[in-house]
Amino acid sequence: MDIYLYDGSFEGYLSAVFEVYKKGGVIRKENTFIPDMFARTFGVQTDLEKADRVWSGLSKKLSADGLHQYFSAFLSELDNIEDQLLNYTRHIFENQASVERDFGNAFVLFVAQTARKVHREKHRMEAFVRFQLTKDDIYFSLVSPDYNVLPLIIRHFKDRYADQRWMIYDRARNYGIYYDLEKVDTVWMEMDKQEGIWDEKELDYQALWQTYYKGANIAGRVNRKLQLQHMPKRYWKYLPELR
Amino acid sequence: MQERVHEKLSILADAAKYDVSCASSGSDRKNTNKGLGNAHPGMGICHSYTPDGRCVSLLKILLTNHCIYDCAYCVSRKSNDIKRAAFTVQEVVDLTINFYRRNYIEGLFLSSGIFKDPDFTMERMVRIAKDLRTIHRFNGYIHLKAIPGASDELMREAGMYADRLSVNLELPTEEGLKLLAPEKKRADMIQPMNYLKNEIIRLEDERKVLKKVPIFVPAGQSTQVIVGAGRETDKDIVHMASRFYQQFRLKRVYYSGYVPISNDARLPGLGQQVPMMRENRLYQADWLMRFYGFNAQELLDDANPHLDTEIDPKLSWALRNLHFFPIDINTADKMLIARIPGIGMNSVNKIIAARSFSALGWDQLQQMGVQLNRAKYFITCKKGAMVKKDYTSEQIRRQILNQSHSKYLKLHSPQLSLF
Ligand code: SF4
Repeated sequence: MDIYLYDGSFEGYLSAVFEVYKKGGVIRKENTFIPDMFARTFGVQTDLEKADRVWSGLSKKLSADGLHQYFSAFLSELDNIEDQLLNYTRHIFENQASVERDFGNAFVLFVAQTARKVHREKHRMEAFVRFQLTKDDIYFSLVSPDYNVLPLIIRHFKDRYADQRWMIYDRARNYGIYYDLEKVDTVWMEMDKQEGIWDEKELDYQALWQTYYKGANIAGRVNRKLQLQHMPKRYWKYLPELR
Repeated sequence: MQERVHEKLSILADAAKYDVSCASSGSDRKNTNKGLGNAHPGMGICHSYTPDGRCVSLLKILLTNHCIYDCAYCVSRKSNDIKRAAFTVQEVVDLTINFYRRNYIEGLFLSSGIFKDPDFTMERMVRIAKDLRTIHRFNGYIHLKAIPGASDELMREAGMYADRLSVNLELPTEEGLKLLAPEKKRADMIQPMNYLKNEIIRLEDERKVLKKVPIFVPAGQSTQVIVGAGRETDKDIVHMASRFYQQFRLKRVYYSGYVPISNDARLPGLGQQVPMMRENRLYQADWLMRFYGFNAQELLDDANPHLDTEIDPKLSWALRNLHFFPIDINTADKMLIARIPGIGMNSVNKIIAARSFSALGWDQLQQMGVQLNRAKYFITCKKGAMVKKDYTSEQIRRQILNQSHSKYLKLHSPQLSLF
């Protein structure tokens, strides 16, 4: 078996598809790959031109929605996502008609369902991001989403918070997105002390929010299970109302 | 200063929480002026959940809990001995903007006790919405609860700034209102609803011929009824809802299980359970009417005036109408498939899409999210029927209850709880 290693980026993955499609073989991320004695490994150079050719090929077969799902499923970073997507890709190109909604096919269904999970995480981030205002007027939020969804939430936050500078930082993947009132850029930074960086009113508003949260609860209807189902514990650490 | 705001917020959030509506969807206000915020046409966002499991989407507060009326079911009623507070216009604006900028909320849901008179109260509420929109260029969601008896002129102005307006009917029947809120008249509630409906239709017509027609309550109007305070049946409630959906083109009817707040002899007393299961069944019935093509009469009639608490209304309907089944998954109409217990709209859409590629079997149905343990009694697929025997309604009911009963127990066993 031949194994093709790529750098983890979407363009890298598409470049690998370009290599593997005719020759056969499997695609793996180079940083999480576990060496296998019986396989030959090859490194794949990320090649924007090749990536683009694969993507435009897909664009001819998939609707805008379908392309978005394809990309979303990739962002799941699941262990076997490259295999699933590669099989899906073959199924797409081997059929004349669009197979996008052929949910009887296992790969089509898997990609659709994975995209849906990623979409749910995207939606959660839109809900659970909590900005804190810094002294230099940036609304800052830390997150650690289950999937790599920052690329998917840029539009939402840019449209909504058009008149304030903001940054959302993915602590798990160690990168962030920053909006400077014009455009959104990808940023990296050192996470050290956070004391003394907040605006003087910041804690007041967090406290008011906590007061509101307490007042809005109806004690006679307590239903912790439902609360947890909508807002699993792993998200709590970034929510001021739950601290 | 800050402390006083905390106190007000705590009193006025507490008093507002019995209004269940938290929807922040259905509007499509875009952030075109590079101002603050937008409102989504599709799903609204729940930014948090309180320990009661309810969604926190809007800053839901009263402007004041002072009230000249004495409705028996309401904590803010005149005769109730509680702390009173009132926000200033500026305080509400400031809280809304600062919560919004931190991504705590989708917007503001403002309601109020009636101080002085309906117009006096409504006027202040409208001013808050107006300041948010014009001074702060705020495009987030605003829901104003209209005060029954407010003038058409104020309703019109409210409609220019709010995404949604609601007039709460409070009690499902007129008799209930007479008994529990004798100072209020149904007619005072119908009047603004009617005004809004006509104004919405008028502007829609204008929009067809004119280019620039102002936005007017883009997310429409809704109402809320309290469930379990009076003596009304589920049939009364669901048929009333169906009528109001049609007559006033309401976007939503909300059902709020009565939370006992006093020992008034006309009402369930303190310590009585909130009728949450009943409320839940009403929402399911409402859902079936709005999205699954059921009408009120099919769900509840004189022979069946109450929704079954043990099983959901769709299954309950199916068991009363076994002659509709079995339905062939591979050929039946979309809306017929939607009527099968254990198949939600999501799966319906998948089935319709997938069956044009190849006929579907049991495994695929399961993969698509169909709950076969329920659906199996009502369907056939390319492999024929899964349940060969002809069961009676009662037998099916018992079998399904047995399965879900054990599931219920499992979900509630302490080992599985995440604490
Ligand atoms: S008018 Fe409204 S606030 Fe006043 S008592 Fe009646 S329900 Fe409560």
